[in-house]
Amino acid sequence: MTTSVIREESPTSTWMSALRQASPIVMGYVPVGAAFGVLAHKTGLSLINTVLMSTIVFAGSAQLIAVAMFAAGMPPLSIIATTFVVNLRHLLMTASLAPHLKSWKKWQLALFAYKITDEAFALHSARFARGDTDKTTSFLINSIAHVSWVLASWAGFLTGSTIPDIKPLGLDYALPAMFIALLTMQVKNGLHIFVAGFTGLVSIALIQAGADQWSVIIATVIGATFGVGVESWMKK
Amino acid sequence: MDEKIVFLTIVGMTLVTYIPRVIPVLALASRTLPAPVVRWLSFVPTAVLSAMLFPSLLLKDASFDFSPENFFLWASIPAFILAWRTKSFFGTVALGMSLVAAGRYFLG
Repeated sequence: MTTSVIREESPTSTWMSALRQASPIVMGYVPVGAAFGVLAHKTGLSLINTVLMSTIVFAGSAQLIAVAMFAAGMPPLSIIATTFVVNLRHLLMTASLAPHLKSWKKWQLALFAYKITDEAFALHSARFARGDTDKTTSFLINSIAHVSWVLASWAGFLTGSTIPDIKPLGLDYALPAMFIALLTMQVKNGLHIFVAGFTGLVSIALIQAGADQWSVIIATVIGATFGVGVESWMKK
Repeated sequence: MDEKIVFLTIVGMTLVTYIPRVIPVLALASRTLPAPVVRWLSFVPTAVLSAMLFPSLLLKDASFDFSPENFFLWASIPAFILAWRTKSFFGTVALGMSLVAAGRYFLG
């Protein structure tokens, strides 16, 4: 199963490989995207603006927060500012992917970065770490994820409140389970396990302190700095 | 709701989302970064995945939840073991989802 994901030769197998790798993202995006569509509809957004938001913003949690803020009648500038804070974590994600993208052209980088969500980042960082930096596969994975998100928002908007309950299928665990698999692949040694546990606890502490929107980015900065610190200390 | 204001808000959201996503790759990809920066960045995937994942497994409404009904947490243990032993991306996702579904069906 894993070997076929790593190696791909023909165009068909590139497609298959991208589809297989993106499938947990699609399973996770469809219910959440549909929920976003339903909420947008209930809040009174137009279909065009709902689909437009999924198409050009493409950021799951920020979109759900934005709809809730529209519903609460918050001013546009605070919605934009909140979106900025919530999505700032992507800065660290694309920065960590950058060293793998040396041979890419500027426009390819610009297009690739456009679709870097948490889930796409998680998948690409595991792929790049094992040497699979194939551009076609990368763009296909991003596009499959993006299309599923846009279509799900659209379907959610049209169906209104009649979304079937996804919980019995465990679909809401597709993305956490994918993160479990990808995190395990990232862990190279004991220090990484230590950094993972430490960062997880810092993130939890930040959420408990009420810093939900900043928790991921602050915990990541602290966790990565901690990792470098311990690494240098061990080398002495 | 004024759709024009919604539209302009969406455009603003797009800019503040895209700019932080694109600046690091455009600024860093073509450059040879100093070794300490590369080392720091090498910890980012592990750190950022942990920062997103562990709260979703351990917290419910910002409090620790070690109750038997926290299927997200209990399913993660066999999922982590399977991921570590087999490196199977699909197996892990399938096992995790099946366990959560089974837990809800039989115990929920």
